[in-house]
Amino acid sequence: MTTLASLDESVNELLGSALHSRRLDLNELTLEVDSAEIKSVCAKLRDDPSCDFRQLTDVCGVDYSTYGMENSKSPDKPRFGVVYHLLSLSHNLRIRVRALLDQEQPVIDSVIEIWPVADWFEREAFDLYGIVFKGHPDLRRILTDYGFIGHPFRKDFPLSGHVEMAYDEDKGRVAYRPVTVEDRILVPRTIREDTQTGRRQTATD
Amino acid sequence: MAEIRNYTMNFGPQHPAAHGVLRVILEMDGEVIGRCDPHIGLLHRATEKLAESKPFNQSIGYMDRLDYVSMMCNEHAYVLAIEKMLGITPPLRAQYIRVLFDEITRILNHCLWLGAHALDVGAMTVFLYCFREREDLMDCYEAVSGARMHATYYRPGGVYRDLPDQMPRYTPTRRHSERETEQRNQDRSGSLLDFMEAFTERFPAYVDEYETLLSDNRIWKQRTVDIGVIAPERAIALGFTGPMLRGSGIEWDLRKKQPYEVYDQMDFDIPIGSNGDCYDRYLCRVEEMRQSNRIIRQCIKWLRDNPGPVIIDDYKLIPPSRESMKGDMESLIHHFKLFTEGYFVPEGEAYAAIEHPKGEFGIYLISDGANKPYRCKIRAPGFAHLASLHEMCQGHMLADMVAIIGTQDIVFGEIDR
Repeated sequence: MTTLASLDESVNELLGSALHSRRLDLNELTLEVDSAEIKSVCAKLRDDPSCDFRQLTDVCGVDYSTYGMENSKSPDKPRFGVVYHLLSLSHNLRIRVRALLDQEQPVIDSVIEIWPVADWFEREAFDLYGIVFKGHPDLRRILTDYGFIGHPFRKDFPLSGHVEMAYDEDKGRVAYRPVTVEDRILVPRTIREDTQTGRRQTATD
Repeated sequence: MAEIRNYTMNFGPQHPAAHGVLRVILEMDGEVIGRCDPHIGLLHRATEKLAESKPFNQSIGYMDRLDYVSMMCNEHAYVLAIEKMLGITPPLRAQYIRVLFDEITRILNHCLWLGAHALDVGAMTVFLYCFREREDLMDCYEAVSGARMHATYYRPGGVYRDLPDQMPRYTPTRRHSERETEQRNQDRSGSLLDFMEAFTERFPAYVDEYETLLSDNRIWKQRTVDIGVIAPERAIALGFTGPMLRGSGIEWDLRKKQPYEVYDQMDFDIPIGSNGDCYDRYLCRVEEMRQSNRIIRQCIKWLRDNPGPVIIDDYKLIPPSRESMKGDMESLIHHFKLFTEGYFVPEGEAYAAIEHPKGEFGIYLISDGANKPYRCKIRAPGFAHLASLHEMCQGHMLADMVAIIGTQDIVFGEIDR
C-alpha cells in the first residue's frame, strides 16, 4: 500500500528528469512536470504498480497571467498551466500533476490514449483557454456557442464578453452585436500582506 | 432494390427526454444508433469565471444553481475546499447537520431521477409518487434556510443557522378546511427533527411502493436490463463515479473511502451492481435511498441529544450577530469588512471532493491570497458520464438512448456550468 508520503519520496525516481518539482501541502501532492513529457509521465503514473492512477478525475486549464496581481507580461514566465487530478482506487490516493505552457504556443500532448475520459476535459480547456492538445482526434469547442470567437476564461477576456445576442429588426432574425452591458464588479480584488502568512489555527469542538 | 444509407438525426434540445438542453446529433442506421455526438453548452453560464470575480462567500449561491436538483451537496464541496485552505473545522453539530442535509439532498435527487427516468421509459405513476416525497423534503430545506431549492445554507465554518425548533404550519384557506388543515399539520406540531423523523418512518414503505411499480415490471425490465452495459475496467477509464461506477460492480464511495465530516461515524452500506446495465444502476440508486434514510435517522438521534454551536466563532470569517453589531463597534467593523471585502484565503491550492448523489463532485480552488478565488474549477460528475454517451449508445436502438440518458442522471446545470 502506497501512502502519500512514500509516493512523495519514490516519485522522483520514477519520473526522473521529467519532474521539475513536487510539493506536499494540505495533504495533497502536486507534481510539476515537463510539458513535453506529459504523455510518458502520465503513462508511468498509471501503469506503475506503486502508483496505479487508473482514473483521471479532472483536467483543467489555468491562466496564471494575473496571479498575485502582478499583471506582468514577462515573456519568460509561463502563462498557462494544465492541471490533471489523478485518482488511484487501489491505493486510495489522489495526486495533482501540473504542466506549465508558454504564452505564445500553449501546446501539449493529449492524454486521451491513456485515459479516454480526457476527451471532453481537453476540449473544454481548449475552448475556454485556447490550449491545444496535440493528438486529440476531435478538438472542437464544447461549451461556447457555435462560431464563438476568443477564449472566454483567459484573464484578459472581459467578464461580460464582447458580443451579445438580440433580435435585429432590419435583418429580421436574432443576430450578434457588441455588448451594451458594462462589467459590474462591486468588490475589488485585493491582497493584504498580513493575510499571506500562515493558516488559521482554530480548533472549535 | 431501394438504396439504403445512414441518415443523420437531430435529438433535442427541446425534447422532453433530453433532460434539459441536451442536443445530440445521431447517425442512424435504421433504428440503430451508429454514432452519437452530444452538443452541450446551451446552459453555459461561466460559473467558474463569475466565481473568480466575486469574494468567496458570494459564490455559494452559484453552487446551488449548478446541479439544481442536489443543491446543498454542491455547496458542500465548495465550502469544504475553502475550509481546507483556511485550515478551519466546523463544530461537530454543524458536521452532523451537513451530513443530514447531504442525505436529504441525495433522496431529493434520486427521487427526481427515478421519476424522470421512469417517465422517459413510459411509467407515469412513479413520477407522481416521487414528487410527493420531494415536497416533504423541500419543506425541510425551506424550514432551515427559507428557500425551497437554492438554500445557500452551508458556510465556511459551519452552517448559517441552527435547525428550527418549530416546523412551519399550514393555515386554513378557502380550499383547505379547518379539519383538513389539522390533518396536514399532524407531523408539523413539533420541531424540524420531529418532522424529519416522521418522514424517515414513512419513507421505506414509499420506496417499497416504487419498487412494486418497477422492479419486477416486465416492461421496465425489457427497457433497462442489458442496456448500456459498461465493464468495470472501462467504467474507471471513462471517469465514472458514484452510482454509475458502483452499478458496474466497483465498491467505491467517497463517504466510506475518503470520509469527510462525520461519515466515518455513520453506519450504512454501499450497494453495488453486478452487470453494469441500466437495471443494476437503478437497483443501486434505490438501495441508496434506503441507506440515506438510515443515515438520516442516525443524524436525527445525535442532533437531538447534542445541542451546541453550528458555526465557528471567528468574526474574521463569520458575521457577528445582529444584536452585537448594533451595540459593539468592533462587531460593526467586522460586519462591514466582511460584507464589503470578504475574507482572505491564504495562497495555495486545494481540491475537495464529496460523494454527490451523481458521483464525485469536486472543487479545485487556487488562491493567490486575495479575497476572491484565482481559479475555481468545478469537476462535475455528469460531464464525464455524458462524454461516454457515444460508447454506451452505440449499437442500441434510438429508444434505448432515452433510457441511457435517464440512467446517467443528467442535469445540465452542472454539465454546462
